[in-house]
Amino acid sequence: MQKSIVPPVNFSDRIVLMSTLLFTALIWLGSLAAGFFGALTGLGGGVVIVPLLAIGFGVNIRYAIGASLLSVIATSSGAASAYVKEGYSNIRIGMFLEVATTLGALVGAFLAQKIPTSTISIIFGVLLIYSALISIKPPRPSTSDANRDRIATYLKMNSSFPTAEGRKEYFVHHVPAGFAMMFGAGTVSGLLGIGAGVVKVVAMDKLMRVPFKVSTTTSNFMIGVTAAASAGVYLNRGFIDPGLSMPVVLGVLAGAYLGSKALIKARTSVLRHIFSLVIFILAIEMIYKGATGKL
Amino acid sequence: MSGKIWSDKEISVIIGYLLRTGVLIAAATVFAGGIVYLTHFGDIAPNYKFFRGEPADLRSVGEVVRDTITFNGKSLIQLGLLLLIATPVARVAFSILAFAVQRDRLYILVTVFVLAVLVFSLAGGI
Repeated sequence: MQKSIVPPVNFSDRIVLMSTLLFTALIWLGSLAAGFFGALTGLGGGVVIVPLLAIGFGVNIRYAIGASLLSVIATSSGAASAYVKEGYSNIRIGMFLEVATTLGALVGAFLAQKIPTSTISIIFGVLLIYSALISIKPPRPSTSDANRDRIATYLKMNSSFPTAEGRKEYFVHHVPAGFAMMFGAGTVSGLLGIGAGVVKVVAMDKLMRVPFKVSTTTSNFMIGVTAAASAGVYLNRGFIDPGLSMPVVLGVLAGAYLGSKALIKARTSVLRHIFSLVIFILAIEMIYKGATGKL
Repeated sequence: MSGKIWSDKEISVIIGYLLRTGVLIAAATVFAGGIVYLTHFGDIAPNYKFFRGEPADLRSVGEVVRDTITFNGKSLIQLGLLLLIATPVARVAFSILAFAVQRDRLYILVTVFVLAVLVFSLAGGI
């Protein structure tokens, strides 16, 4: 293949000469790191992919969101096989709430085409700050409530999960409120291209009183389906670019796999703080660039 | 609450394997497409600063599948990405079968609705 002179590419605010090969390699490395730390801290890689592409590589935020959504599907589906064997996830809670998250995802994906990119950037920044705060101070697991809720009983959501002292029963509450919040989680996911796992866990754990471990695994289970609902819209609107999505998906997937392997050995509390700080800085940058119209 | 033929636990395990297999096939396809793509476009500079939208042959399910025979790098990656999106969709479709085996009519309805939303989205309904 003959060497050709590459035209200038807008790299952030500077002009840098970069070939597709180098661009792909750098994005793969960045996505690898995002997937690795995302898995290690439990925050997921999606929250940093969009800022990484938009701020770090000057990629248009719509392309960045499309690529990020795909990486979310990949990690959620890849991790599910490990989770389901442990017997925590509740397929009925997951499936019922997916009605809300997929409808929300359609609304979010629809809004993403209407809202200016600078506004999306600011909303993203605000959500990043929320994620960083939750990560430093994880919500205290809610206490179980033995009262039976009529709707949850009708929907066969009450179940049990494995503990050290054998299987423990739990009862689900406040289904309509949880359903409404899940619709919101789906909208956020479709609008910003992230899994919105934080919102899903809060809805299940805090509102519906589902045990924390069941909430996190069921949330992971739902994330892939939610992201697929908005990914369909993004694909049909031309937001999914193969050249960009390829290194993002492969990088995040490899990083998340390595992260889940390293999870057993790592001191996650220190990492969590560092990762939260990174997210916080990215959040400020996203809000600033959004407000000044640079994204 | 467990079904006579398949318990919830067994369904979950089957779903787990289904998801992992789907992701592996999708990732392998994206990787293969990536190699073809980079050997053709590796030394051209990319430009993602401005949103132009993908060409028509890369933005609908039918077109992406039809383009596979051309063995073009971008189309092959897009096919892999489509397989990735199809993985959770296949999971939902399988759940309909699982709830049918359990004779759980309520959840068959719930799951059919979720599948309909996914198909609507992929078909370009919005």
